[in-house]
Amino acid sequence: MPVERGDSPFVGKLKSAADLEKLKLTILSERDPGKPCITVCMGTGCHAYENEKVFAALEKEIESRGLSKKVELRGTGCHGFCEQGPIVVVFPEEIFYCRVKPEDAAEILSSTISENKVIERLLFKDPLTGRKFTHESEIPFYRYQKRVVFGRNKSIDPKNIDDYIAEGGYQTLAKALVSLTPEEVIREIKRANLRGRGGGGFPAGEKWETTRRAPGEKKYVIVNADEGDPGAYMDRSLLEGNPHLVLEGLILGAYAIGADEGFVYVRQEYPLAVENITLAVKKAEEYGLLGENILGTDFCFKVKIRRGAGAFVSGESSALMSSLEGKVGEPRPKHINTAISGLWGKPSNLNNVETWANVPLIIDRGWEWYSGIGTENNTGTKIFSLVGKVNNTGLIEVPLGTSLRTIIYQIGGGIPGGKKFKAVQTGGPSGGCIPEKFLDMPVDFDSLGELGSMMGSGGMIVMDENSCMVDVARYFMSFLKSESCGKCTSCREGTGLMYDILDRITAGRGSKEDLERLEELAWTTGNTSMCALGKTAANPVLSTLKYFRQEYLAHILDKKCPAGVCKALIRYTIDPEKCTACGRCIRLCPQQAIRGEKDKPAVIDSDRCVRCGICLEACRFEAVLVE
Amino acid sequence: MVTVIINGKKYQAEEGRKLLQVALDNGIEIPHLCYHENLSSYGGCRLCLVELAGRKKSSLVTSCTLPVSEGLEVKTDTPQVKKARRLVMEMILPQAPDSLRIRVLARELGVSAVSFPSEGDGCIRCGLCVRACEELVGAGAISFASRGSARTVEPPFAEEPESCIGCGTCVVICPTDCIKMEERDDERKIIRWKRTLKMKSCVRCGRPFLPLAMVDVITRRSTSPPPGERLELCPDCR
Repeated sequence: MPVERGDSPFVGKLKSAADLEKLKLTILSERDPGKPCITVCMGTGCHAYENEKVFAALEKEIESRGLSKKVELRGTGCHGFCEQGPIVVVFPEEIFYCRVKPEDAAEILSSTISENKVIERLLFKDPLTGRKFTHESEIPFYRYQKRVVFGRNKSIDPKNIDDYIAEGGYQTLAKALVSLTPEEVIREIKRANLRGRGGGGFPAGEKWETTRRAPGEKKYVIVNADEGDPGAYMDRSLLEGNPHLVLEGLILGAYAIGADEGFVYVRQEYPLAVENITLAVKKAEEYGLLGENILGTDFCFKVKIRRGAGAFVSGESSALMSSLEGKVGEPRPKHINTAISGLWGKPSNLNNVETWANVPLIIDRGWEWYSGIGTENNTGTKIFSLVGKVNNTGLIEVPLGTSLRTIIYQIGGGIPGGKKFKAVQTGGPSGGCIPEKFLDMPVDFDSLGELGSMMGSGGMIVMDENSCMVDVARYFMSFLKSESCGKCTSCREGTGLMYDILDRITAGRGSKEDLERLEELAWTTGNTSMCALGKTAANPVLSTLKYFRQEYLAHILDKKCPAGVCKALIRYTIDPEKCTACGRCIRLCPQQAIRGEKDKPAVIDSDRCVRCGICLEACRFEAVLVE
Repeated sequence: MVTVIINGKKYQAEEGRKLLQVALDNGIEIPHLCYHENLSSYGGCRLCLVELAGRKKSSLVTSCTLPVSEGLEVKTDTPQVKKARRLVMEMILPQAPDSLRIRVLARELGVSAVSFPSEGDGCIRCGLCVRACEELVGAGAISFASRGSARTVEPPFAEEPESCIGCGTCVVICPTDCIKMEERDDERKIIRWKRTLKMKSCVRCGRPFLPLAMVDVITRRSTSPPPGERLELCPDCR
């Protein structure tokens, strides 16, 4: 793994904007833009594909060829195309290699670096057209995106502050501290109409202003990095891949609000993000970008990193503040505005990671440029995690107002295996499932609410004909039931009771009355809970009931699962016409549930079968049926 | 003093006082289980919900946590409020099906039978015992543990709480009567916390009447005037 590079030209704290500018020029002067640079994505998605082995192999190849001074090797932040990892991009041409293995290192050095040749087999190949693409910007997955925030991850080593500075990092902070008043910064954010990217969509500028105007000298700013929605990892990748971007946004915010202390609350389960933001804070302090007299001005601000302890509910802003205070993460009644009375009773401004990451962009390019992206009440871009039954899974960034269809088909590349689209689940456990007829709806803070869903923090799970909507509702309810803090009756009992009903339905023990009961419980939990976890807990159930009621009825009345998912309601059988008696399934079945005699079709014993699906995958003759 | 409007009528109240208390002060009944005038507000049972007037989407908030301010307007008896109370009560009842007080309250709110499978042992997680032990008694021997439906009230690590002084405040304050206390010979037991305490005997009649742990705390805390007789004589002999 890359560690801090010892060749930084930096010595001592930066005492002015001019110092920063000088440092940037010094760094740039020591870098040759024509020098080949091999970047390896060090994000968690590629980590799952052993990117560190690819990095080590490249390092070894460079050394053994004596090219350590001639070729740079750099670990960077996430590129977003996680389906195709590990991703290696060779600069300056920006040749995009995907699914790179350690064994490819030698060829990358010998072909691409030494002979300027592109390795065809490592290029991205479009599954639909078969076309290959050499550069990242040409690939359809990237072409339809607008990566103004996330796009900066690709050439920065998150562990090296000099990379960030070389690209103009902290210049915006320097400009603001010297030539803008705090009120002017707030006004810019307000006019840009930056809305909270954590899911609430509340106007950030308004929250900043309330906090600034609240009585009292002591104020806090907080980064909510407790990203908890299953399937969402945008904040993770931002914090891992470009922590200085988030930090610069936070410092700008602290200046605008008048806070001298800030916290980054990162969930425990993100060790790389914790590591990188901790290092970033340390480096920023060394450079005089944090601490006393930042960049030689009167502004003082310090940041502490705090880790969560494994509770989804601690991502709720008042629960997060309780947790920061050392108490159990339990939400407080919402009629107490945390911008006025938050952490330790002091005015506190909490924003999501992505929200903070947008701030330097707005102050640098201006509110007019920013509000030119997106739609009237939904300005700027949003990062989504596009996962599930879609060809191109990963993290994408598009202008707010982009349609679901564009995201799923043009960027996502459609549904794999020729299967049919069924629904897309947005907004995590607080959101709902959207069927095909609404695919042209714009994705923004306001539109999806009418459909019974929400954009939320940006999770998008695509589902096909083999996804059971009742099972989806059950899954989310199970999650919420175990994550409910337990304080209020409505949520604690409500999620449990709704889960019991959904569980029974998927087990074939549901009744028609259960649907009415479910709807009544949904009303209670939705209207009487204390916090957003409870209030939105019923959304997955309600949206699937609204658009897929017939599927619920099939489970209840026919005791069948049309999608072939709910184990109690499906049977695996073998089509005797197609079975060639090859015996493969018999050998592979972990339960010894399949019997067969020589030259006779195999038969599955339904009582022993646990519906694991191994025989279905193993059969080469499509003789295994799920009904 | 501020003016608040409850169900269309104006009332005067001290600014910051909880709306539930203001209503009760003025004879307006709002059902509640987890609220006590001498303890901090919790807002957990959800029975005291009222409707905030003047909102596009009618908003239900707990009146026990809502501090009154000038011009605050609420409604405590709309169909939505009544529906909310009934449905919340439906969720509370299965947790304490044997409690007379809960059954009576349920009936009043339109819940006649237990509609969900009931495994409740009587604890409705209102937190009154926790708050009383912490705030009134100052012992802090019990608190909430675990999350979600597994949430229980327990002493630390579910072991016998050394800091419990056997005062019985939790026994008295529990709305469902699920914390039991018994005395035998010179021992007092708070059964739910598995706490056994030795008691001091009356110097006149010899009857054990006060846990020694309480003698200790009272002696330490009451300096002027000193407790005197109250630590020597049982209530009957005094």
